[in-house]
Amino acid sequence: MAMTENESGQEVRFLKEVGMPRLHKVIFLVLLGFLIALPFMVYPIFAMKVMCFALFAAAFNLLLGFGGLLSFGHAAYFGGASYVAAHAAKVWGFTPELAVLAGTLAAALLGLAIGSLAIRRQGIYFAMVTLAFAQMVYFFALQAKFTGGEDGIQSVPRGDLFGMFPLQDNIALYFFVLAITFGGILALYRIVHSPFGQVLKAIRENEPRAISLGYQVNRYKLMVFTLSATFAGLAGATKSQVFQLASLTDVHWSMSGEVVLMTLLGGMGTIFGPLVGAAIIVTMQNYLATFGAWVTIIQGVIFVLGVLLFREGIIGVISRLLKRRL
Amino acid sequence: MFRKVALGSLALATMTAGPALAQDISIKLGVLNDRSGVYADLSGEGSVVAARMAVEDFGAADKGIKVEIVSADHQNKPDIASNIARQWYDADGVDAILDVPTSSAALAVAEITAQAGKVFLNSGAATTDLTGAQCQPTTIHWTYDTAALANGTGKAVTEAGGKKWFFLTADYAFGHALERDTTAVVTATGGEVVGQVNVPFPATDFSSFLLQAQGSGADVIGLANAGGDTVNAIKQASEFGITQAGQQLAALLMFVTDVHALGAETAQGLSLTEAFYWDQNDSTREWSARFEERQGAKPTMVQAGVYSSTMHYLRAVEAVGSSDSKEVVAKMKATEFDDPLFGKGYVRGDGRVIHDMFLFEVKKPADSTSEWDLYNQIAVISGEDAFLPMRDECDFTE
Repeated sequence: MAMTENESGQEVRFLKEVGMPRLHKVIFLVLLGFLIALPFMVYPIFAMKVMCFALFAAAFNLLLGFGGLLSFGHAAYFGGASYVAAHAAKVWGFTPELAVLAGTLAAALLGLAIGSLAIRRQGIYFAMVTLAFAQMVYFFALQAKFTGGEDGIQSVPRGDLFGMFPLQDNIALYFFVLAITFGGILALYRIVHSPFGQVLKAIRENEPRAISLGYQVNRYKLMVFTLSATFAGLAGATKSQVFQLASLTDVHWSMSGEVVLMTLLGGMGTIFGPLVGAAIIVTMQNYLATFGAWVTIIQGVIFVLGVLLFREGIIGVISRLLKRRL
Repeated sequence: MFRKVALGSLALATMTAGPALAQDISIKLGVLNDRSGVYADLSGEGSVVAARMAVEDFGAADKGIKVEIVSADHQNKPDIASNIARQWYDADGVDAILDVPTSSAALAVAEITAQAGKVFLNSGAATTDLTGAQCQPTTIHWTYDTAALANGTGKAVTEAGGKKWFFLTADYAFGHALERDTTAVVTATGGEVVGQVNVPFPATDFSSFLLQAQGSGADVIGLANAGGDTVNAIKQASEFGITQAGQQLAALLMFVTDVHALGAETAQGLSLTEAFYWDQNDSTREWSARFEERQGAKPTMVQAGVYSSTMHYLRAVEAVGSSDSKEVVAKMKATEFDDPLFGKGYVRGDGRVIHDMFLFEVKKPADSTSEWDLYNQIAVISGEDAFLPMRDECDFTE
């Protein structure tokens, strides 16, 4: 186990090591243990919401933190998948896992289509192109017949997992959601630490150099864009099963903004940052709901403080202090 | 050891002391509405005040019924509404949810209420689906719905001579539903629709749409939109001098707080339908004065609906002697009411509350004697005419 943390050794070690550093293993195990105990401590639906947003933020972080691409339209994949999954479960009578799969697949295709156009531009233009497409998806969701306009798709049945295990009980559903989100986050971790992830980081740091080294930069960008959209879709599809609802909130541009906030607050380009950011934002929204408009104001203040005081995000700062990658 | 015995006997004492009171029921009511957005004025804190007034006027404490009221902001989003409703039922022991404006949020709450086997007393939402396509045995829809609004404004205005209609329709499901319902009423009453235009939602600039409406030769311009859209459209229509030029504006969904915000100057001549107006009779005036003392504004029909539905609910709880949802709802449906605010009425088997609706016209500034003196009553629409007939599959009374 080469656990030395000097700068030059690090990249080499990541390439050499297929497995996980011990620190990350411990954190993931502690996290898993915590999540297994969580539904018995807090309201399970709230915990499921946190997990869905954690996966969403982690998916977004793959694109922003590791790909260096700021998308401002991730609500399109999150919400689009939630609509497809809700429709599949309600109208087509899909079982939950197939509905989630259908939603995820839809998000992947949507990501592929939008990504193939968006990656042709950089920086602010890239962000604007993604935003424009997301607004189109929003408009579609508002107008199309099957999405139910501003009512959304409501009373989506929870169904039976694999057609056998009923998920009506909150605790049963919780473990279904836990399996999906935790699996998703582990998959994202694996992607980031694969050779593919290394190339991504190279492109992020210096795109011309990556091109000069012979990498087909646009292919990598499209790949990471599609992957990020896919996992965002996985999160959205799961959320629609939890709340039995797909609504315009999920495709609205403010949802795209929220996921940026979660990622930045937690720590962009860290593994655990987006999870922490999502947990903080969702908890705030949940427990401060009685304050009404103050929630957005408090969120804004926290964001400003976050940017001014710890620009690397919460986990980013902790990671710097510990001199360990988190 | 001694402490245990003492505690035990104390517990025993309280247990036996319990039935000494007439009844010993505790109830938790959740007021779920918009507390920060466009509907905060017409529902919001005012609805919480109305619910509290109902509990006090009912004299719940003297009757041995302990009532606690909680409230939350659903931001007009169905996902937030369903999240809060679930948590209230599952974790916080709420027995009934009140108000819930915004149709999408209300439908979500209705579904969750039915799953949880609790009671949903809706006052703020407009959709007829609550007692139609998505009816639930636990839903009671108190104040109004789009059909009643269409029947009120559409029918009465057409009968009064406004034969040719032009619609400005907010381009989403709610706007289309409102236009469809009103069109049906207008044509059934012998009027015709000469045109319509879909306005993107939300809109701030209505000028080109208003010009189209002006050029259409219609007698009546029907505003099939809500909230800020309606207010903007009326403001701009006033700037264009549309009502002065002989065309009539009909707002298909508007509340007294909107009219108050616009002022009589801008809104004069506007026709609209409401279920309640503060200045109708002595009991509405008395209650509204008390409400204004606390809230600083006259109540809307939504807030009045929260008061009356809470009152009717509490009476049913008292009569049944428990907070059991099934029994209470059955009792509510079985008992006709004579309410100080809504007059005589009853709860139909599908949960639709049948009471009179009223067509109002906004006064000219010269006729208005005070800030809140805004309406002239034009017509009374009986509850049977105003609301849609009951669907057979929605009759939940056995």
